[in-house]
Order: sequence, then structure tokens, then C-alpha cells
Amino acid sequence: MALTESPSYGAISRRRRDGGRALVAAATVLFLAVGLLQALNSAGLVPLGLRDWRPTLYAFLLWSVALGVGQVMMRGDAGLKALFILPAALFTAAMAIFPTLFGLSIAFTDWNLASLTGQKFNGFDNLLQLIGDPFYWNAMRNMVIYVLFVLVEYAVAFGLALLLNAEIRARKFWRVVFLIPLMLSPVAVSWMVGKSMLEYRFGPVARFARWLGFNNPTFFTDPWIARLWIEAMDAWVSIPFVMILLLAGLQAMPKEVIEAAKVDGASPWQRFWQVVFPLMLPVSITAIVLRIIFKLKLADIIITVTSGGPGGATDSVSSFIYREYRDRSNVGYGTMLAMFYLVVIVIFITLLLKFLRKHMQRMT
Amino acid sequence: MAAEATISAPSATDAGAAGRRLKHVAGKVGIYAALVFWAFVSLFPVYWTITTSMKVAKDVQLGRLIPWVDFQPNWLGWRSLGLSPDTIGQVSTVRDEFLDRFLNSIYTAFGASFLAVLIGSLAAYGLSRFQYKFLWMKNQDLSFFFLSQLILPPVVLALPFLVLYRELALLDSIIGLVLLYTLTVLPIVIWIMKDQFDTIPIELDEAAQVDGLGPWGTFFRIILPMALPGMVAAFILSLILCWNEYFFAALLTGAEAKTLPVMVASQTGSQGINWWSMAALSTAAIAPLVVVGVLLERYIIRGLTAGSVKG
Repeated sequence: MALTESPSYGAISRRRRDGGRALVAAATVLFLAVGLLQALNSAGLVPLGLRDWRPTLYAFLLWSVALGVGQVMMRGDAGLKALFILPAALFTAAMAIFPTLFGLSIAFTDWNLASLTGQKFNGFDNLLQLIGDPFYWNAMRNMVIYVLFVLVEYAVAFGLALLLNAEIRARKFWRVVFLIPLMLSPVAVSWMVGKSMLEYRFGPVARFARWLGFNNPTFFTDPWIARLWIEAMDAWVSIPFVMILLLAGLQAMPKEVIEAAKVDGASPWQRFWQVVFPLMLPVSITAIVLRIIFKLKLADIIITVTSGGPGGATDSVSSFIYREYRDRSNVGYGTMLAMFYLVVIVIFITLLLKFLRKHMQRMT
Repeated sequence: MAAEATISAPSATDAGAAGRRLKHVAGKVGIYAALVFWAFVSLFPVYWTITTSMKVAKDVQLGRLIPWVDFQPNWLGWRSLGLSPDTIGQVSTVRDEFLDRFLNSIYTAFGASFLAVLIGSLAAYGLSRFQYKFLWMKNQDLSFFFLSQLILPPVVLALPFLVLYRELALLDSIIGLVLLYTLTVLPIVIWIMKDQFDTIPIELDEAAQVDGLGPWGTFFRIILPMALPGMVAAFILSLILCWNEYFFAALLTGAEAKTLPVMVASQTGSQGINWWSMAALSTAAIAPLVVVGVLLERYIIRGLTAGSVKG
């Protein structure tokens, strides 16, 4: 590698390096100065007449560019290489890390957007309120149920993947058809299925249930039935995702193994449990973990179909916090709920990965 | 064992052979029955929505299902959107609103997918080819850092962003939404693209460097054209996710930057049994993606399976 580098990258002159260092330092000072002035401005100490924090945003962008240029000036070829990852890293830091930390500072305030008094630090009040909030724990319990349903989704998806992997005609056609629900927006599905097909008077599902002999079928009044239908809608949209992963796994499986089992006289049932299933374990676990991660974000369908009802039976944590904000503008408490949820799921996912890592496909 | 099977095969009676064939046929029938059943499950809601957009109140109440057979299709739903043949030339405020939301969805989805594929591909190439060290983090940790953002639920970011965007005057703006959507799809893009770059032999990079190309020249002239299928897959997957996103859009947009899912959601409650117009709106909202899904299925599958299945 060293041989192929052009001479200008090889040795960086002292002046160039100092120039780069000075540039980054100057940009940092500018960024901090603008930020400080803005803080003083918004605290009312130095009236600059700034209405928003845009100047600080622009100063950050300028600093990012200066950092990139400085990298190249100071480190030459290595700087050019760092430039590949820098935009994504800075973007993620600015858009995920900083807001999360900022959120943490909101979580310990009594900030309500509807009140005129602004935010006030209130220590652990939010956390104490959270611990005593039955609706929040109810939503947490629902999340456990929803996550457990991932196993059912997985079983159905595995069945579909086996179907698509069987010797069938027009495989591509069936695959496209099975994939279509994945394309659809959960909000549109909420209307298409939740609000019209499951409508208790004229919906086709209600009609079908009456034809089967149920009097007055209703789908969102009984807690368990409501939960099942929410889960069914979410499953309908996401089963294709799991199915595609499993199908790819099935197609990557060496054919000889199956043939050998066939020759050995194993029945299809034995072949599945003793050969196919164990071989599919790494793909299966990867698919299930990914599906759980997406399941933990479940919100759209619940917000638009049931708003968490009946009596909170279908609430997910996200939909509950959404209403906490929408109905009560309670930013401080809502953020505490979200942060607590984040801590719980980070612990959960970390433990899950720790237990399953040795069975999983390499992911990074 | 194998030898026994071949020896015993000819001695099997005709009845046994017929039985086996019957079992084979039954198996085939079972497979196709299951396929048809799930195709029905997958397609019926779409079929229901499209046909309902052409029903009048009576057809809805009587549960008519098949156009021309048990009900006469009518442009009612599409007329209420201003998109039926007889209203398409006229002025329609509903259509203007719909088109506005539709365009907002297109701007945000395309903007975010483009930005994510741009910075995601760069990062993925860097992670695939160079050795980084930032504080204690090496390549493996940096990859995990980007991927781990996938776990972050929207609800954690939504409220901080509500406050931040208000301070930055980015609330209810398309650019604000684009930045957030870029963040949500970036881990997926990096994942897909890293998988893509890992399959391109590093000898190509080395050859390009011998020819005097720097890292950026190598990337843009040699590697990028070869990674195009992966980029298309990442772009399409991002497009689908951004087009369908509701949570951030519902919280962070108002009159200006509202996207299509927010419009669909805001109509569901208020209009009672005005099914035909809801059905027309839903159809219009899902149609672009159904078309994309059918035409570009190959890329979607490629994107979904990147990195998770090694042959």
C-alpha cells in the first residue's frame, strides 16, 4: 500500500499540519462561541434578537466541514479515508446521540408544552410517577405479549417459506403476491382491515363471522380479541419480511443434505425436524431478533385503529406515550417514559444477543 | 440402507405404487391449496379496498363483493377525491390537498433515501476497506454503533425532536422530516451496502491504486458502478420505509409538510361511513408501492436478505 501512495500524501509538511490544526481549532472556537451567545440570548442576558437556534446549526455544519478538511490536511491519505465514514458518524451523532442526551435532560423536568411556565427540573418525580402509573405497566405487559407473538409469526412465515421452496409452478408469481402486504403502509392497512373489513355491521369479516353462526361479532370490545386482531394486522404486514429471510436460508441450504436424508428413508416430518430445522437455526434466530426489534416500535396500527382501547388492552408503549403527548402535551413525563423504555429494551436486546450470539449469522 | 431401498423397490406391489402416487398427488393439491389460501389472505384486503372505492352506500351495506356481477362500479369514491374521469378537469380542493400530501411524501421519501444511500454507502465502503480507530472503537465496534441505531424506537426521539425542531424552526418542514427519515433508514442502508462491498474483491481496489487513483477515485470510478445493484436495493427499501412512516410525521408536521399517511389517518375518524372516499384515498396511497413491489421485487428481496443469509 505504502508504495502506491502518491508522494504528496506520503509526507505532510509541518506547515500543512499546523494549518489543519488551526482550521479545526478556529472552527471549534467559532462553534462554541455561537452556541454560547445563543444560550445567553435565549436566557435573556444578551439580547441579540435571535428567534431560533439556526445560527448554532449552521455553525455546527461549518465545524463539520472544517473537521473534514482538517483531517485531510493533518493526516493526508488517512484523512481522505476517514472522510468516508465522517459524514455518517457526524450525522448519527447529531441526530441520534445528541437528541437522546437532550431527551434525558427533558426527562427530569415537568415540562408541559401547554403550560406557560416553561420547564423546571423536578428530580425523580417523573420516575416515581412512572413506577406508580398502571397504564404504563399495562402497556409494558402488552409489549411482552406482542413480542411473544413473534414466535407465531415465525411459525407461519416458516410454513410459507417451505411452501415457496417446494416444487411449485410460477414460484416468482406466488412470491410477489405473498410480498405485497409488506409494501403497504400500516396506516392504510388500519383503514383497509381495521376500520372497514372488521367493521361490525358491514365489514366482510363480520359478515363471514355471522354466516359461521356468531351473533353480533365485535372485534375491538373484548380485550383479548382486540389484542389478537391488532397482532393479526401487524403480522399480516410483517410476515413477508420473516418469510423472505427464511426462504433465502432454505435456498442457500445444500441440497445433498436433504437428498441424503431422503435416501436414508426419513419421513418428511423427520427430515424437517432433524435436518432442515437445525440447519435453519442461525437464519431463524437472526430473523426473529430483527422482527423483535421492529416489533418493539409497534405504534401506527394501534394509534389509528383502537387508540389503545378497550381500556388500554391493545396499548403499546409507543402508542401510550404518543397519547400522553397528543392529549396532554406532557413532554417531560412522556420523555421519561420513553427513556425508561429505551433502557429496558437495550437491556433486553443485549441479553437476547448475548444468549443467542453463538447461534446467529454474523451480523456486523 | 440405500442398497436395501433399491432392492425392495421393484418388489413393491402395484397397490403400493398407486398409493404412493395418490399420496404424491394429494401432497401437490395440499401445497397448491395452501398457496391459494395465503394468496387470498394477502390480496383480499387490497381487492376489498379497490372495489370499495367504486361502491355506493347500498353496495357497502349489502356487502357486495364482485363488480359487475353483484354491484355496478361507480366513480363515487374517486369523485370525492377529484380524481374520477368527470372531475379530473375541474377545480377540486380535495384533490389539491391530496396532491400536496402526495408530493410531500415523494419529496421526503426520495430525499431521505437519497441522503441515506449517499452517506451510508460512503460509510459502508470505508468500513469494508479501511481500518479505523476512533477512541476505543475499531471497525467492528463502529459497524455495531451504526447498526445499533436500529434498536432506537421512534418514540424516544420523537419528543426531543419536537422541542429541538421548534427551537431550530424545522417543525412542520420537509427538510426536518428528511433528516429524521435518513436517520431511521441509515442503519439498514449501511448494513446492505457493507454486505455489497464485502462481495467486491479488494484486488480491484489495489489495482486501481497501482494505476494512481486515490481512495475517492477508486470508490467513484471503479467500485461504485459495481455496487449499483446493492444501492438500488437499499434505495428501494428506504423508499418503502419512508413512504409508509407515520409516527414522526404525525407528531412533527402540521399544515405544511403533512405526508400521505397522516392524511389517511386523519380521515379515518371523522368521516363515519363514507367508505368509498376512504377506500379511494387508501388505494391511492398504497398504489405506488404495490407497483414498486411488483416491478422491483428482485431488489427488495436482495435488500431484505443482505447480510443475514450467507450461502
